[in-house]
Amino acid sequence: MSDNRGVPVTEADLHAYADGQLPEARRLQVEAFLAGRPEERARVNAWMQDNRALRALLDPVIAEPIPVRLPLAPGGRVLPWRQFAMAASIALVSAGAGWLSRGMLLEPAPQPLASIGVDQRQSMAGFARRAAVAHVVYSPDVRRPVEVGADQEDQLVAWLSKRLDAPLKPPHLGRVGYELIGGRLLPGEQGPVAQFMYHDSYGQRLTLYVTREAAAAGDTAFRFAQDGPVNVFYWVDGRFGYAISAGADKSALRLVAQEVYRQLAPTDIDQRQVNERKSKP
Amino acid sequence: MQDISTQIVACIPNLRRYARGLTGSKDAADDLVQDALERAWKRISLWQRRGDLRAWLFSILHNVFIDQQRSKRASPEEPMGEVEISTPVRATQTDMLEVADLDRALLRLPPEQREVLLLVAVEQMTYEQVGAALGVPLGTVMSRLSRARERLRAVLDGRESTSRLKVVK
Repeated sequence: MSDNRGVPVTEADLHAYADGQLPEARRLQVEAFLAGRPEERARVNAWMQDNRALRALLDPVIAEPIPVRLPLAPGGRVLPWRQFAMAASIALVSAGAGWLSRGMLLEPAPQPLASIGVDQRQSMAGFARRAAVAHVVYSPDVRRPVEVGADQEDQLVAWLSKRLDAPLKPPHLGRVGYELIGGRLLPGEQGPVAQFMYHDSYGQRLTLYVTREAAAAGDTAFRFAQDGPVNVFYWVDGRFGYAISAGADKSALRLVAQEVYRQLAPTDIDQRQVNERKSKP
Repeated sequence: MQDISTQIVACIPNLRRYARGLTGSKDAADDLVQDALERAWKRISLWQRRGDLRAWLFSILHNVFIDQQRSKRASPEEPMGEVEISTPVRATQTDMLEVADLDRALLRLPPEQREVLLLVAVEQMTYEQVGAALGVPLGTVMSRLSRARERLRAVLDGRESTSRLKVVK
């Protein structure tokens, strides 16, 4: 690679030249190439000029003092207030609590079901579709993605088990790179459903939707569906229908689905003996 | 831990600069940075020191940005990556028309092209770092960069109509 004089200059080289990302030897070759081509030279010069103009436009931000509302440490100063607000379940309206009113405004409006393509609407099981919508609605919510956090997992388990009238426990997905954030109760078609939310180390969120409404359909194999940017793996096992939704790709999601299945299946043994498994499609 | 916290705080001015370019507004930018920092502090234990801290923070900011774009996208049938946000009409804070034009032209780029251009031109990341921050392969970084530059030039040269003001060159 030390002598790449014969390597033709590519468009990528021109960009790398404009951005100062070429090794010196290559840079000189590209410079020689441009010397004989005024049109290319002008294009590259314009890019370099745009780089400088963009920096001139945005560099002043660097020198600005960091606004008070940005958290400078774990559990930054807004946190105690937020927990208080959640615990009290009341809306504090105060001119001084700008972050709070903003947090409430950020609560996303429910997305219309039309966000799912017509063809997919036919083939996607009802609960999987609701799971995808719930994922889109709640996963962008930074402040209140869940009603009860993972730090109160016992309460979360007790609460959701009571409301769904069945023992229910969030699987631990550390093995596949996800950590529990918490859970919430949502309205399903005929009753309550549970949503557990997880995130990976890059902040990408994944939700597990658990419903009792699908049991009548009988057990199914894993099924996969897609709603725009959201991928969903879903299946019915025993008393519950499960749907895992995330922006992650299909193979990553399959691993998570298998892990969830592995952890949840044993508790359902009794039920599965009652419900003879139907043949898998 | 102390060390990582210090490094995170040291990145905040850069995150703010990048977010300002992405959103074109001070408030929206700080919303983005605030959300990204809250996510970062929450999962500082999950980070486990793999890779470059700055790339990690930018990737969190990218995810928050994408989530926001997704939740406010106007026509859900379109694939996410193709959605263009409309150019916000806002007061010209500067009497330099060219700067205002650049600002406006930037917002006319599709979000994924704007991200790459800003990370390269302003944050001066290597193409590999940009790929890591955005979770896309190098080829995608290059094609987005190329399209971003082409489009920005077209807008600035008046080959593509800007919102109201004529480009003064």
